[in-house]
Amino acid sequence: MNLIFSLIVLAILILIPLMGVGVLGLNSLFAIFIPYLAFAIFFFGLIYRIIGWARSPQPYKITTTCGQQKSLSWIKHSRLESPASSWEVYLRMFFEVFLFRSLFRNLRADFDGKRLIYGSAKWLWLGAILFHLSFLVIMIRHLRFFVNDIPSIVQKISAVDSFFQLGLPPIYITNLLILAGLGFLLLRRLVDAKVNYLSYASDYFPLLLIISIALTGILMRLYVKPDLYAIKQLTYGLATFNPALPKGNLSMLFYIHLFLVSSLAAYFPFSKLVHMVGVFFSPTRNMPNDNRMSRHINPWEYPVKYVTYAEWQEKFRDVMEEAGIPIDEEWANVAQK
Amino acid sequence: MYNTNKVIIGIIVFIIFFAMPFWLNFGKVEALPKPELPKEEKKCIEDTDYMKAYHMKFLDEWRKTKVREGKVNYINNEGKIYKMSLQRTCMKCHDNKEKFCDRCHKNLVVQPDCWKCHLAPEEVKKWQ
Repeated sequence: MNLIFSLIVLAILILIPLMGVGVLGLNSLFAIFIPYLAFAIFFFGLIYRIIGWARSPQPYKITTTCGQQKSLSWIKHSRLESPASSWEVYLRMFFEVFLFRSLFRNLRADFDGKRLIYGSAKWLWLGAILFHLSFLVIMIRHLRFFVNDIPSIVQKISAVDSFFQLGLPPIYITNLLILAGLGFLLLRRLVDAKVNYLSYASDYFPLLLIISIALTGILMRLYVKPDLYAIKQLTYGLATFNPALPKGNLSMLFYIHLFLVSSLAAYFPFSKLVHMVGVFFSPTRNMPNDNRMSRHINPWEYPVKYVTYAEWQEKFRDVMEEAGIPIDEEWANVAQK
Repeated sequence: MYNTNKVIIGIIVFIIFFAMPFWLNFGKVEALPKPELPKEEKKCIEDTDYMKAYHMKFLDEWRKTKVREGKVNYINNEGKIYKMSLQRTCMKCHDNKEKFCDRCHKNLVVQPDCWKCHLAPEEVKKWQ
């Protein structure tokens, strides 16, 4: 059901540019206005989310620890699993963000007869890293459409990426890897009953959307060739804030690709995809485990109004004496001071 | 806001990374180089739009039919016969590799390996 709903939404997203450009001829709306709008939403939406998270207090120190805490000098402590200084936290975050270290530790629970056993399950890590790193390389490669004087690093990445020279234009390795990664991540949700039970439309939709973006891109590179020069005129115009529709024919597939990318950008800050910045704000990851060294002040704490016994006694002294309740003179002295 | 310094650094890094297309162009915006078309000949072997998009597939097809099947002639949509040759047919009209091929290719990081074996007209002239 969740999958069908996502598929329907995706079909509508593909139909919009088909109708808008193919039937209504709103070329500049889809080529210029919507991309700008989508990227404005992406930028401001993400900054809004970042500030929203930055304003939320972290009342307790809840760092995840899976190793020896730093304590006595002769006990070796685990720097990454139980970071004690901010430098160690930076290291841990680096491995988390670039290598998905916590996914690498992923376990899978299963029954061995009647016995519950836990085994290491690296497939999720592999699928995730294939997808994410390929996406990064693909994004860097796309700079060739937006920049006139292309940095040599982009040229080198493209050359290495098409190293095998299969077909003409040569196929990019990352194009295959991203499809493998995404395909695995999608299959995992469909095949594994436990993960399937946990999957909502908001899990399927981003996967399907990114798969369609990758597929339209690969189609355009290998089979249904667009006029690349016209595309560069458009994208270069967009990047230099000098947008104009090129004279050449931008193919329908390109409009679909562009609209899906715009949808992804606009959807990004308000979906699970925002884990891109969320990972930096995970209190279980970004706090040092130094409870014994420095006190964590709860930012929610405010000065509480309280009355000491001495003040209370002073206030009700007359009534207490009348009732014969003994007055604590030691406390009274404190109050008078 | 908590950890203001770190958060602001984070936002700056985020903007720098995703606005790369904008600031890489900063201060050097110029018109895209336009490939120079032959002056005498107005029509290419096939339709211009097709050639713009599919010339690499077209040349690849030529290479396969000529090298592997030994056919020499290509008949276009209008029934005209051409010899399948990059150097003698294509480059006869498009007689400047630098001003025709390279202008788009360099600009779009297309790295074709045609010229590892073939000679560009400029080079041919050098040897004649």
